[in-house]
Amino acid sequence: MRILHSALIGAALCLSLSLGGTPAIAQEKVITVASTTSTEQSGLFGHILPMFKAKTGIDVRVIAQGTGQALDTGRRGDADVVFVHDPNSEKKFVAEGHGVERFEVMYNDFVVVGPKSDPAGVMGMKDIDAALKKIAAAKTPFASRGDDSGTHKAEQRLWKAAGVELKGAGDWYRETGSGMGPTLNTASAMNAYALTDRGTWLNFKNRGNLVIAVEGDAKLFNQYGVMLVNPAKHPHVKKELGQAFIDWLVSAEGQKAIADYKIDGEPLFFANAKKGQS
Amino acid sequence: MNQPNAFSTAIELIVSGNPALGAIVMLSLQVTLSAVLIASLIGLPAGAALALGRFRGRSALIVISNALMGLPPVVAGLVVYLALSRSGPLGFLGLLFTPGAMIVAQTILILPIVISLTRQTVEDLWAEYAEQLRSLGSSRLRAIPTLLWDGRFSLITALLAGFGRASAEVGAVLIVGGNIAGYTRTMTTAIALETSKGDLALALGLGIVLIAITLLLNTGAFVAGRLAQRAAG
Repeated sequence: MRILHSALIGAALCLSLSLGGTPAIAQEKVITVASTTSTEQSGLFGHILPMFKAKTGIDVRVIAQGTGQALDTGRRGDADVVFVHDPNSEKKFVAEGHGVERFEVMYNDFVVVGPKSDPAGVMGMKDIDAALKKIAAAKTPFASRGDDSGTHKAEQRLWKAAGVELKGAGDWYRETGSGMGPTLNTASAMNAYALTDRGTWLNFKNRGNLVIAVEGDAKLFNQYGVMLVNPAKHPHVKKELGQAFIDWLVSAEGQKAIADYKIDGEPLFFANAKKGQS
Repeated sequence: MNQPNAFSTAIELIVSGNPALGAIVMLSLQVTLSAVLIASLIGLPAGAALALGRFRGRSALIVISNALMGLPPVVAGLVVYLALSRSGPLGFLGLLFTPGAMIVAQTILILPIVISLTRQTVEDLWAEYAEQLRSLGSSRLRAIPTLLWDGRFSLITALLAGFGRASAEVGAVLIVGGNIAGYTRTMTTAIALETSKGDLALALGLGIVLIAITLLLNTGAFVAGRLAQRAAG
């Protein structure tokens, strides 16, 4: 019996360690932020959160989801702050009373990446409408997120603006139903074109034959916004701590931290918080 | 693009004693071992009762517990997510996106394995020793502790199977834990993250570390079992 006994004690110790840790942590200054894969996987949070923590002592726990899912997490009250990039859904989120107020924080841009061999002949184009039309006409593979994320919604808007009907488009248009990274992995494996935010692209290592094909159109502008989840709907929301994070993001200090984040000398996000919005 | 070798990445990860990796490994073990402990506290007696009990609906329960061994982790995760969400019935606990939520999800995943394998082991033992136990005046229920003890070496295998399922799965812990860096990031969710970042060498390196840990734990269990068996004669 002795072995079983000591095994049980050991396991119980393990359990009390892991469960006992939770209430203690709940007393600390911690907020949960539902954000997008592009901010997390581009490494931006890894760069700015330590600065915020050093200044305020607040730990920020980031859950990286698609914009649609992140807004839903906020709607259910499972996060204190939502930090996403789809202005239309964000405004709807606030209008429906799920969020308190929307603050614009920064932007980056989308680019179309594609195989070096460039079967659709769009390399170096700036006009996104014309480029998408050519890709559709050539029926070269295009990997779409297909996951209701901010990038997916932006992509659908761009197709619409280009006048390309995606319903029954055929098997060249492939929805991966996954995040930006997995979609780029898929595009890289099947030499497909794909729309990606520049930050994730710069931080992506498995590029294979993919290079940037189309960039620079004003339509490819990608605005990020941040909102406090409404404490009136969800009383447990950490109002002060969450607002402190938002205030810091749009402050001169937070804006500088965002602008200073670079990979290989290339900035990933452009801070553009509006003055007087807070 | 040239990718560094996964094996050298794995060795580098282990040798460098990366503190972030250490924390991830510790969290993974804590969560999984806690889930195995809870599942065995419930599953061992429940499985034995299912083996020896004679009650209505017993066959149905056996079929259900067998079927749930194949419960998709992502479904278990979703159910726990909806239950623990602030908008769900258990939202007041504030457990979502914590290690506690991951323990709950993994317990649900491995409980059917522990129950089913325990039931099978105890049923076999009962078939073998029923007469002997009856002649000693033991009832079916009284026989449960004796049979569990007699079957302890087979039951360790049941617990290892549960441990394997829990430590290997990613779908459930990703949904209910949120893969938060330094808080709910486990070995498997870290592997999923590095894969999606396209850092395949680091992802595979982490995978090799995970397999090495599982191998080490199983070796430990095997040796301990052999020693105990020898001591028991």
